[in-house]
Amino acid sequence: MELIVFAATAALAIVSACVAVVHRQPVVNVLSLIVTFFCVAVNFALLGASFLAAAQILVYAGAILVLFLFVVMLLNAPVVEENEAKRPLQRWGGILLPLVLLAGGAAVLTPTLLATAATPTDGTAHALGRLLVGPHLFAFELVSVLLLAALVAAMVLVKRKQ
Amino acid sequence: MWAELAVTAAKLLLIAVGLLTAIPVMVWVERRGAAFIQDRLGPNRVGPLGLVQPIVDAVKLFFKEDITPAGVSRGLYFLAPMVAIFVALVTFIVIPFGAGTDVTVFGVPLSGVMVAPGLGVGVLYLLALGSLSVYGIVLAGWSSNNKYSLLGALRSSAQLISYELAMTVSVMGVILAAGSLRLDAVVAYQSQHLWNAIPQLVGFLVFVVAAFAETNRLPFDLPEAETELVAGYHVEYSSMKFAAFFMSEYVNMVTISALMVTLYLGGWTFPGHRALSGWPLLLLSVLSMLVKVSFVLFTFVWVRWSLPRFRYDQLMRLGWKVLLPLAVLNLVWVGVGVGYGWL
Repeated sequence: MELIVFAATAALAIVSACVAVVHRQPVVNVLSLIVTFFCVAVNFALLGASFLAAAQILVYAGAILVLFLFVVMLLNAPVVEENEAKRPLQRWGGILLPLVLLAGGAAVLTPTLLATAATPTDGTAHALGRLLVGPHLFAFELVSVLLLAALVAAMVLVKRKQ
Repeated sequence: MWAELAVTAAKLLLIAVGLLTAIPVMVWVERRGAAFIQDRLGPNRVGPLGLVQPIVDAVKLFFKEDITPAGVSRGLYFLAPMVAIFVALVTFIVIPFGAGTDVTVFGVPLSGVMVAPGLGVGVLYLLALGSLSVYGIVLAGWSSNNKYSLLGALRSSAQLISYELAMTVSVMGVILAAGSLRLDAVVAYQSQHLWNAIPQLVGFLVFVVAAFAETNRLPFDLPEAETELVAGYHVEYSSMKFAAFFMSEYVNMVTISALMVTLYLGGWTFPGHRALSGWPLLLLSVLSMLVKVSFVLFTFVWVRWSLPRFRYDQLMRLGWKVLLPLAVLNLVWVGVGVGYGWL
């Protein structure tokens, strides 16, 4: 049962991620990205990480992509024309770079993944919170400072000159 | 195994039937309440007090011709009402609408008459799926290929972004006080302490205002705004597709009212509930929940016919500059209160 759900959502996630990249209609791009995030959330739930699953939907599908959709619809983003899409460097680079990243990631991560797969993880909010303010406190604080800096930068960029 | 399955199915059926029955009742309350507030009679011809009117309306919607306008984006046009009604119907399962941890049916514990007692993320699940409801509106508005629809959809997404944050932060205060994401734990906390609405009055008020915005009700019904946008996002929909949007709006209202009662108004608790146990407690607690939810639902109607609509920029300003700081203030107060053991 779990295997069937996993296979279905994983396949759907990959297909919709591809649609998100190649479709010419910006609104469809955003919508298929939502499907991808939803499938990823289902996979998190299958792994027992219920908090991550809920957070994935709440933050990404529920808030950030609504903002994307808002911007796409507000700016009335045009449908990408055929000749406009012809940028060979961008196209081949866009295909090659993810493959390189995938290979590198697989080489680095596979030994760790194989080692940790046997130990069951606790995906509840409590366990995650303990990890965040315990062993990973420094990284957690660093990320929040980074986000604050990004926020201030955005404010400075949009501020009108007097 | 089978008994467990049967009990869960029965709970699901109970919720589905309850939610769908609430729609015609609410429509009747809304129309008669509007009439009462505006000093006129309202629908009173079909059945006693016009009680059968919503059923007749439902039959009318069933048999109306389903028109698909030319120029719509077909797939998304069909998907949008489905998303709206699906999201509205699935969010209710984490709300405990009765006591009954000590009641067993066929050897299966009822555990709070909540459909999904095993879902540890409780309120997060509700907020996460609730935040998806905007997609029904946005898809409808975009796929209809109509400028009024698109404007309604745009407003809806902007409204969601502005209000979701304030709402979530105010809910965080409750979670912090109860120390759990589970809604039955929140109710248990309130049965030991005061109702959350009293020590967290600011958070409660923020939640109420955000709830009106989330359900697109007046004074925040900008996505529909019939006086400026005709009917907003669902202007191109007819028959049962329109009914799906209509129903989802009322079901969302019921869910958010139940959430409000659970988080801030003590859930199913009532004076003297500790003296009871077993079935009497269960039945009375469900009744208590129903009374509280009905009161909140009536408040929705009451406010709708008492306040004028906000302008778009006023709505955004209220969300970002008033509600969000207030919600954060409430969170700080709860944090201090919990830290010093006052709450």
